[in-house]
Amino acid sequence: MSSIFWLIPISLVFLGVAILAFFWAVKSQQFEDLDSPARHILLDEVTERWQQER
Amino acid sequence: MRCYHCQLNIPKGAHYSVMIEGQPRAMCCPGCQAVAQTIVEHGLVAYYQLREQPAVSQAERTTEMSVDSALFDDPGFQREFVFCEEGSDLRQAELIIQGLHCAACVWLLEKRLKSLHGLQEVSVNLTTERARICWNNQRIPLSQILLAIERLGYQAHPFTAGQQEQVRQRLYHQQLRYLAVAGFGMMHVMTYAVALYLGAFQGMEHTHWQFLRWVSFFVTTTVIVYPARPFFANAWRSLCQRQLVMDIPVSLAIGGAYAASVVAVWLQKGEVYFDAVCMFVFFLTLGRFLELRARQRASQIIERLRTLTPLTATCLIDGEERVVAVRELEVGDQLLVKPGETIPVDGRVLEGVSSVSEALLTGEHLPQPKSKGDRVLAGSLNMENPLIVRITQLGQQTVLATIIRLLARAQAEKPRMAELADRVAGYFVGAVLLLAACVMGIWWYLDPAQAFPNALSILVVTCPCALSLATPVALTASTNALAKLGFLHTRSHVLEGLANATHCLWDKTGTLTCGHFSLQQILPCRPINKAHILAIAAALERTSAHPIAQAFHGLATTELTVAYTKVVSNQGVEGQYAGECYRIGQPGFVQQLAAHTEPLTAPSGEGIWIVLGDKQGPLAWLQLTDTVRSEAAATIKQLQQLGLHVQILSGDPSPQLPHLAKSLGVSSAFGGVAPEQKVAHLRELTRQGAVVIMVGDGINDAPVLSAAHVSVAMGAGSDLAKTSADAVLLNNDLALLPIAIRWARKTKQIIRQNLTWALFYNVLALPLAAVGWVPPYLAAIGMSFSSLIVVFNALTLSRLPIEKRD
Repeated sequence: MSSIFWLIPISLVFLGVAILAFFWAVKSQQFEDLDSPARHILLDEVTERWQQER
Repeated sequence: MRCYHCQLNIPKGAHYSVMIEGQPRAMCCPGCQAVAQTIVEHGLVAYYQLREQPAVSQAERTTEMSVDSALFDDPGFQREFVFCEEGSDLRQAELIIQGLHCAACVWLLEKRLKSLHGLQEVSVNLTTERARICWNNQRIPLSQILLAIERLGYQAHPFTAGQQEQVRQRLYHQQLRYLAVAGFGMMHVMTYAVALYLGAFQGMEHTHWQFLRWVSFFVTTTVIVYPARPFFANAWRSLCQRQLVMDIPVSLAIGGAYAASVVAVWLQKGEVYFDAVCMFVFFLTLGRFLELRARQRASQIIERLRTLTPLTATCLIDGEERVVAVRELEVGDQLLVKPGETIPVDGRVLEGVSSVSEALLTGEHLPQPKSKGDRVLAGSLNMENPLIVRITQLGQQTVLATIIRLLARAQAEKPRMAELADRVAGYFVGAVLLLAACVMGIWWYLDPAQAFPNALSILVVTCPCALSLATPVALTASTNALAKLGFLHTRSHVLEGLANATHCLWDKTGTLTCGHFSLQQILPCRPINKAHILAIAAALERTSAHPIAQAFHGLATTELTVAYTKVVSNQGVEGQYAGECYRIGQPGFVQQLAAHTEPLTAPSGEGIWIVLGDKQGPLAWLQLTDTVRSEAAATIKQLQQLGLHVQILSGDPSPQLPHLAKSLGVSSAFGGVAPEQKVAHLRELTRQGAVVIMVGDGINDAPVLSAAHVSVAMGAGSDLAKTSADAVLLNNDLALLPIAIRWARKTKQIIRQNLTWALFYNVLALPLAAVGWVPPYLAAIGMSFSSLIVVFNALTLSRLPIEKRD
């Protein structure tokens, strides 16, 4: 159980990396449009299937 | 028969079609045909299967589908809105795209643009109606990209973020960052907390126990320092202003729990509440985030109104024409405004005789004649002839800009319901603080160890967030949903007014009727075939952009070629066919051709009478009437079904009014009513206790619109001149009104539900917390959960049922 003494700090490093990554994503405008990407995936799937059927 | 592309009715005589997947599909106009053809050519026919709404009709496009490449590829012009990287050919720009309204449009646009060589990235945002493109300038010029967009039927304008937009984005990004730190922090601290709880049951080594507490402290400090800061700042500011805001008990709870936990960690004894603190902060931040997002969507719609003025203009410098950016213009400059162009500034006409459509500003659909000395406004459209204009007002000083500012300010007003809730919250907070102090005092007496946690739980559990969140989120969700359908309201009391409405008053011209003219009948003066008369009339009117001429477009079955046509502003058209000279238009104008005959008098009847004549005299009288909107009858029936009394108040003294009223199912209709009489009638109804919705379109309705409880304006694009209107039907679709009323009633219901739940929860949880049955972490969960319930209930208002047209 003494492994937590170094496992937890490592997880904190990951926490820092995750936060930095999130900040970068916000800055590069990835959170501007939260609605279209959801429909996008469906659209691509539908069109592929539809084109295969023809 | 409906156009396959835009689903509007195909006018008589229009025969356009496109082969789509082996089947010929009918189109209503050359514009729709061209766009459909483009879609087919690029293999994007799946668009017609994917789309949820009909495409924007190309029938009313006044500008051609072409892009001034010299202008858009000019580096000086591009400096305004294009971002270049040093030493690279890559350029980035943001464009506003008009005509987007469903995910299929986004798909269509992105697929087409991605297939262009040289385009690196394209991302279209449906909510903000903007597209970001990144392209290699060596391989493809910007004008080609814009042309591809135009050919698909959408209009692209360069976008420069206004100051308001930059602020909005900064706020949004900041809130996202807060959310991330709070969320990640909460997850970590909860993990440690679970370990600590298990340790409490099973036993744990002291060093591990200490370590976990210290780590919790470390992570929670990050959460306190960053995402929790706005709560403390707001609470402090309100205290200095002697106002009680809910951020005060929130800050006390967070700060108190944190401080107590720090002490416990330091002294190595006692409970730590870091998990409760983090959860509390996270859910509060989440609530604020959702509220911000909903609120920002409404203001983004206002941003779109900025696209009404063009970015470029033709300036006359020393007699030479030069295209310049509107930003570089100065008062006193002279501009040349060609027919079909939007006037970008306020000014006075120096030269030229033309007619200008101020429909966007005033709702007046007949163009106004303008000649030397007349004033023109930014945002109006020059219709017939070129005008030379001297600039009097620019940019923020134009009438248009003033109106946008007023709209934005009205948007920022708080709804009365929310203000009430805030005041109640103030008293509530005072009561809560008092109660918490009492409970702490009592428990100190009975069992000191429980004093602090119980006081904490009281503070957390009675947090009136749910109460304050209940109304604004519902209102903004509702507003945005309706705005998406085209019902844009800018004043806060509109939803409340709509929900309580008892009467609905309608104006006639331009509201119940289209404001378009259509040919009603032809009365020949000589024995001539009507079809022949129609053919001549249509051929003459083909070149005119006047609304009266629009009635003839596409009407004739045979197309005659005329030798020449000359449009005389506001009088009519002269032309030559088969050696004969003809004139069509005002009686006086046509009379001049056959000066030897008697003066012409129009027959009696509704609408406008124009005459077609040649040198021998009049050939025929043509009656043009304003068509009633197709959805008018159905809309009125729906309003009556909703329990509203419908009346027509028209300034038009036409005797046809009773007939129209009967055909629409309206029992009370008043014609020839002067504006003062309209106001008087309205006041009388209000005195009797009625809540009145007034629907109108033009400047002559302004006094009535400001007197009604809720005023709705028609607007192609937007009916801006009437700041006295509370709401606008952006698409001129009357059917939106009953939908809006139904939704307003639902909103009222949901707000009531939310307030009930919020109060119920607080009242129920309070005694439980006072007695000591609610530990702080449970209090945090409960309060957050309660807020979320309220928010999600309100968000159900965001999804409007889109009624499919057949």
